Amino acid sequence: MAKTAISAHQLVKWFGEGEARTNAVKAASFEANFGEIFYLVGPSGSGKTTLLSMVSGILKPESGGVTIDKTDIWTLSNDELADFRLNRIGFVFQDYHLFPRLTTVENVAIPLILRHCDWDEAIQLALKYLEIVGLKDRAQLPPFKLSGGEQQRVAIARAIVSQPDILIFDEPTASLDGDTGKKIMSFIKDEILNDHRCVLVVTHDSRIFEYADKIMKMEDGAVTAIEHKNEIK
Amino acid sequence: MKGILKIAFKLLVNDKGKFAALLMGITFAVFLMVMMTSIFSGVLRSASSVVINIGAKIWVMDPAVTTVANSIPMPEFVQDAVRSIDGVKFAVPLYSGSATLRLTNGTYQSVSILGLDDTSLLGRPELLEGNINDIFAENGFLVIKDSEINKLNNPQIGTTFELNEHRGVIVGIAKVAANGLFGMPTLYTTYNRAIQYIPTARFTTSYVLVEPKNPEAVQHIKDEVKKLGYVAVTNEEFRDNISTYYKYKTGLGTNILIMTLISFIVGLSISGQTFYTFILENLDKFGALKAIGAKSRELIIMIVFQAGFTALTGYGLGVGLCTLMIGLAKMRLPNYASVVTFGNLGIAFIMVLIIAVFSSLIGVRKVLKIEPFDVFRG
Repeated sequence: MAKTAISAHQLVKWFGEGEARTNAVKAASFEANFGEIFYLVGPSGSGKTTLLSMVSGILKPESGGVTIDKTDIWTLSNDELADFRLNRIGFVFQDYHLFPRLTTVENVAIPLILRHCDWDEAIQLALKYLEIVGLKDRAQLPPFKLSGGEQQRVAIARAIVSQPDILIFDEPTASLDGDTGKKIMSFIKDEILNDHRCVLVVTHDSRIFEYADKIMKMEDGAVTAIEHKNEIK
Repeated sequence: MKGILKIAFKLLVNDKGKFAALLMGITFAVFLMVMMTSIFSGVLRSASSVVINIGAKIWVMDPAVTTVANSIPMPEFVQDAVRSIDGVKFAVPLYSGSATLRLTNGTYQSVSILGLDDTSLLGRPELLEGNINDIFAENGFLVIKDSEINKLNNPQIGTTFELNEHRGVIVGIAKVAANGLFGMPTLYTTYNRAIQYIPTARFTTSYVLVEPKNPEAVQHIKDEVKKLGYVAVTNEEFRDNISTYYKYKTGLGTNILIMTLISFIVGLSISGQTFYTFILENLDKFGALKAIGAKSRELIIMIVFQAGFTALTGYGLGVGLCTLMIGLAKMRLPNYASVVTFGNLGIAFIMVLIIAVFSSLIGVRKVLKIEPFDVFRG
């Protein structure tokens, strides 16, 4: 039986004040296991990014809890939570958020630098991960000289360089064409995912649904369905 | 931590346009601040040049004297009375005034004239040419070799001139530690010749120069001189009094202060604005760093390092540029009144630190406010 990687229980989040107060996430619960790709899908404003933020420890829920590999993350202090994210969670942001003034390899090395690794060692390790994503020859270029797909792969290399067991992808194919998007997801499934890693993907791109092991559908802040691989249409 | 600082450094210097703008802003501000205060220091030093050059330990004068140039002649008994005070080793008169010379080519030139005590020649300048004893020769004058000497048509030993229908002869060429403020050549002669050649009022002693027997006697001498209705001040006090006069009673100090503040505000505005833009442009990246796991204090260290590095580099460049400009100016104008002092450097350094702190604060405030969630939300 697969081991539970993430367990979200009755997560609730409100935004705004007074009449503008909105219930962004309404008692959302789910479980994602190691070795699987878990999709959060739904239209814009459905609360999937808010839910993802709460699950990854960057947005505190009003109520409910998140357990990642037996750690109740919202009982941790701010510094402990930052360390937890640094060591256990890898992020690939929708706009990648790569530093244009650093080289590609320096961007990939950032999580290692934040873990106080020696600079040269961090660069060497980052080069290894750039090789994994097939961009070793672009190591010394600034990110803005790379294509969208290449930038996506740099962001993936940065997310996995510290070998986290949870990977968070926010709209990974939003700014890529269909073929590149599929290649990226195929790469994630074949090269990045393993039995000790869980990949959480927020998307509304139905073209990449085929790569999901589970899909959780959201609407108006509420979970409407969780479909397993064999149920996905 | 070294790696984080290296990232901060690369983020800063690799953004060449902004880094150059930041450096230019701070360099320019430091240049102006140091230049303004150096000019002021130079002016104050020049204003006290006679005090510096004569070097007497205690100066006795009329209480209304504010600068060396506006001395108020005292009667001769003051000198005698001072000599009789306990603790006075010796006391000699000094004449300080100005006159108009008629040069050999028939033109006129204003000069400063200092008349040294005939017996001791206390405060005599260092001779470059000639013999000091020749000052006692008939009509003997020493001329100071500074940037103003050209106004006397480059006099040599033996050059003559006319002073109030008296003949004067240059018997020595000398140098002094500090040049004067008023752009006039300076001549030294004996006290008696000075009061003989230059029309004076009833009283002739500009200052009485006093050598105390020991430092402890200074206060007693001051007290006793005060009883005479005059004041005795030490060399440093006299220079401070002159500085105070120029700073607070001429408007010069206020103008320099205003210019220095304007330079500071210009530097603060340029660097503060540019640094703020720099932070704003990287704000989402700082948010991403936070999401990845960077702690707030690490981001603060990065920003403070960036602001501090820029400020200190700009400070060094500004001071270097100022020194270069003053050096170049002094090559062309030896009497150029501008002195870079540790005080000036300290003031500029403090102001640069304020600029760095201000720039850091606005950057830190912005970065601390960004939530990693905003990065996800876009």
